[in-house]
Amino acid sequence: MILIGLGYGCKNGAATAALASDAAKRVYVAPGEKDEVYAFLSGGFSGQMSVYGIPSTRLFKIIPVFSVFPENGYGYDEETKNMLRTTHGYVPWDDSHHIEASMTDGKQDGRWLFLNANNTPRLARIDLRSFETKEIIEIPNSAGNHASPFATENTEYLMAATRFSVPIPQASVPIENFSKGDFKGTVSMVKVDPKSGRLSLELQILVPGFDYDLSHCGKGKSHDWCFFTSYNSEQAYKMIEVGASKNDKDYILAFNWVRAKQCLDQGKASNFGGEYYRNYLPENQPAISEKLSGVKMLQPKDCPGVMYYMPTPKSPHGTDVDPTGEYIVGGGKLATVIPVHSFSKLMEVKDKPEHRSGTIMDIPILKYESTLAGEVKKPCLGPLHTEFDGKGYAYTSCFVSSEVVKWELGTWEVEQHLPAYYSVGHLSIVGGSSKDPYGKYLIALNKITKDRYLPVGMELPQSAQLYDISGGKAELLSDFPTVGEPHYSQMIPAKLLMDKAAKIYPLEENKHPYAIKNEKDARVVREGNTVRVYMTQIRSHFKPDTIEVRSGDTVFFHVTNLEQDFDIPHGFAVGGAPEMPNLLIMPGQTRTFKWKAPKPGIYPFYCTDFCSALHQEMQQYIRVLP
Amino acid sequence: MKIIKNIIKFGKIAPVLLGLIAFSYCGKEKPAETESSVASKGVGPVSSVTLGTLNEGMAQKGKLNFETKCSACHKFEEKVVGPALKGVTERRTPEWIMNMILNPIEMTQKDPIAQELLAEHLTQMTFQNVQESEAREILEYLRKMDKK
Repeated sequence: MILIGLGYGCKNGAATAALASDAAKRVYVAPGEKDEVYAFLSGGFSGQMSVYGIPSTRLFKIIPVFSVFPENGYGYDEETKNMLRTTHGYVPWDDSHHIEASMTDGKQDGRWLFLNANNTPRLARIDLRSFETKEIIEIPNSAGNHASPFATENTEYLMAATRFSVPIPQASVPIENFSKGDFKGTVSMVKVDPKSGRLSLELQILVPGFDYDLSHCGKGKSHDWCFFTSYNSEQAYKMIEVGASKNDKDYILAFNWVRAKQCLDQGKASNFGGEYYRNYLPENQPAISEKLSGVKMLQPKDCPGVMYYMPTPKSPHGTDVDPTGEYIVGGGKLATVIPVHSFSKLMEVKDKPEHRSGTIMDIPILKYESTLAGEVKKPCLGPLHTEFDGKGYAYTSCFVSSEVVKWELGTWEVEQHLPAYYSVGHLSIVGGSSKDPYGKYLIALNKITKDRYLPVGMELPQSAQLYDISGGKAELLSDFPTVGEPHYSQMIPAKLLMDKAAKIYPLEENKHPYAIKNEKDARVVREGNTVRVYMTQIRSHFKPDTIEVRSGDTVFFHVTNLEQDFDIPHGFAVGGAPEMPNLLIMPGQTRTFKWKAPKPGIYPFYCTDFCSALHQEMQQYIRVLP
Repeated sequence: MKIIKNIIKFGKIAPVLLGLIAFSYCGKEKPAETESSVASKGVGPVSSVTLGTLNEGMAQKGKLNFETKCSACHKFEEKVVGPALKGVTERRTPEWIMNMILNPIEMTQKDPIAQELLAEHLTQMTFQNVQESEAREILEYLRKMDKK
């Protein structure tokens, strides 16, 4: 804030962005009333996604995606552990960054959310009926899947580009070869089946060895294009924080995905190596994990017109496309301007030699001024990400000066500075990355909390801040602690989701191979040293309720919850079971607990989710015989 | 409907609350199972059922649904979690039985007989996602069992 006051004390100043006078009233959602908006926040290093209500900022749910979740058994049970399978083996954690909402005609359609895993390159699809992770696909020939998963206008494809360039295919080469061109990046096109949402890797494009940071795809007239930021065009490999910050401009890569697909169809891509897993969780059946091999790889030189570089100051981070599809806003994290490229100008100049200043790997580099629509001058320090309100204004987060600036598209004039507490990364407006922003709420997703909450040891929760942007001036309403790092968010109007949220898994549709649909089928079946327990749960008992196995047996508890009532999952936990946390089994669902029968004795098992007046009686015994 | 929605929302603790409601109600004035309450049609979507001669096909479908969705808590000859069902079609009207299957939470809030049953058994009967036509088939199965 002091920095703003000194160097960037623009006309309004931070002090005017005060808390709204009736802020408490505007975030208060009375008991029994519901919020107006769902906010889905990625969890950063928690690997998960959390669901909040806006404006109350109440936390409703954590959806496990890339990290195991002992609360409900995700990643542990026989049904979901294959979801976390990769070519590196079972990877039970990741770093989840960007949430993308599925779109039809550029507008949120409430079907799916997508999330990237940054560390072990993966993409996930979360179903918005069940609010559960249904598919995870690994991205081969990639190291650090940061610039993903950004969807095209009709969710035809998700884009994924590599953060860390590496030798592709992988090889142990001297690291100094990075600057000799031995390292490369890839852009991946992951196809989304429009009906089922199923993911498949259709094409990869080999790109220069920079670090690819973020992306956003076009809308309307720019439908065919996606835009990726890259930094470290210096190809520094030592002391990168200095080495990668030398060039005055790095690049936004303009990528014509329709052209890439055309080149694929014309046979211009070649077979390339790369192994990857695709894990899919069919409704109420165990996850199916497939190991796939080989991709189609396209070289930019074989597909003229597929890519162009737009120089962008300086170490650009965010690249955001306005609702009309005309403006591509760069966030140069070390820049003193917010550069805005014009899509129309890009189209006009891209193939005219006089507008080029060179090529990299046969990708033309255009001149900065040739595609420039305008610059927001001295907006703040460290501009990163921009979202749009649909009313002609853009909001850009500024990491270094900890603020959000509101500015006008076209005039490039700053309208307002909003302080953020502290170090804001992404920001999110309801529908703000779509063609049709709902434009009422904005949240700033902050990296540091410092003095905002009661201290709880060295680490504080990271936080998000809620602003009302419906009026002329944006107003701060509240801030709230988050689960993990609230990296990016998609906010969706509640009316698009709430009525179609699933309440139960219908028993008659349960296709699990070990499901039983009524108690009379409950039984214990021995197959050599393997014992299968076909078990049911209903308030407030299990069947079978007394079980005998032998020490050393491998026991599978196939537990079906017979309830068909909303909000009545049952829990299942066995005393001392070393590799299994709790299971939560949804109404009508079957899940499987694998257990190596330990030394002889009596082992209790019980329901962990308080289910009825006789919940405490929902307990039984397993006897382990010698 | 707002109250009902809220109770459903808090479904996990509702049995306790409802139990208390039922008890306090009983404490004030225990509703006798009068002629009129025996003839009660209960509270719910079913206001009128015409019974014909026993339909074997319907009863058979009802049996399958009963086994999947009801038998975990109900036997005919003995109380388990819920009451024994032998003779239920003589004790209750067809409408009451179907409403209890289709609308158990509101029944235990508003219907005096259902309230008494909750106070006795202390486990909220669950809605098992049974459609109205299926409830009618289960009723037919219960009739068949009572004719044995």
